Amino acid sequence: MEIQEKVIKIVSEATKVDASNIKAETNFIDDLNLDSLDMVEMMMKMEEEFGVEIPEDKTEDLKTINDVTNFLNTSN
Amino acid sequence: MLANFSDLENKSILITGASRGIGKAIAESLAKNKAHVIFNYRGDEAQANELKEHLQSLGASKVSAIKFDVTDFDTMKTNIDAFVKEHGPISGLVNNAGISKDQLAMRVKPEDIQQTLDVNLKSAMVLTNHLCRQFLKAKGVSIVNMSSVVGLMGNTAQTNYAASKAGLIGYTKSFAKELSSRNFRCNAVCPGFIETEMTKSLPEKAQEEYKKAIPLGNYGSTEDVANLTKFLLSSASSYITGEVIKVDGGLYI
Repeated sequence: MEIQEKVIKIVSEATKVDASNIKAETNFIDDLNLDSLDMVEMMMKMEEEFGVEIPEDKTEDLKTINDVTNFLNTSN
Repeated sequence: MLANFSDLENKSILITGASRGIGKAIAESLAKNKAHVIFNYRGDEAQANELKEHLQSLGASKVSAIKFDVTDFDTMKTNIDAFVKEHGPISGLVNNAGISKDQLAMRVKPEDIQQTLDVNLKSAMVLTNHLCRQFLKAKGVSIVNMSSVVGLMGNTAQTNYAASKAGLIGYTKSFAKELSSRNFRCNAVCPGFIETEMTKSLPEKAQEEYKKAIPLGNYGSTEDVANLTKFLLSSASSYITGEVIKVDGGLYI
């Protein structure tokens, strides 16, 4: 759960959307209106915060908070 | 805000093809404005060191040389990444490296087309695209692509060259649109006939004809191009992007 909270916090800070409105199933593009460039930046932030590398071809699959959390869980 | 070039001080700017001609004049001009001047070199360490010392003596806050050939894309990426990791993000880029393989269209070899496009167009595209990620961490990002007036007006026996330089204009405009939301600026400069080794190699008769066609009556200097490039790299041009500007003495009006 800890990772998910941190992911939500990062997304909330970047998008200025209140953390209470961001859930596990929140979709970056449909719910938060991010465009493809925003997504690249968001994944760069995740890489920095979690010290991991997210392969370019993987980012297409990371559509929701849950997707990112799962990816980070399995990459550690 | 009134224009001055003080924001160029300490700004990390990479120039390709800075060993001579227009590229060298740009590097010198940026050095005089106390920029951190970064250039690439293919292999001649002694020549690179000489240029480094020269630029340092002109007042550059720092001078760095990165070893890569602009058409060796893998080495270019690897060495740029290593550089950024050590020195921090690059915020200015001048895609200046260029060659010409002039020949009548019917005699042009496919490999000449390939080489001209690789050096003049593809290398600029690969390099700029690759730098995008680290540009996101930089401030005042400005890219200048060295096109040519030939890319606008066309020229006999320069089909390869003209196509590559026209290609840069399309790239410049698309990139400017795509990344304006991140405040990256991207512009193209189109020199006309500038006194360099490249123009000196043109036949004398052709040179005389060209001079007649230039309303301002003479060739331009490399400094003329450097002045515009410096302007486009600095915040003095902060509201200019996707623009194509000629430095041609009125050759193509």
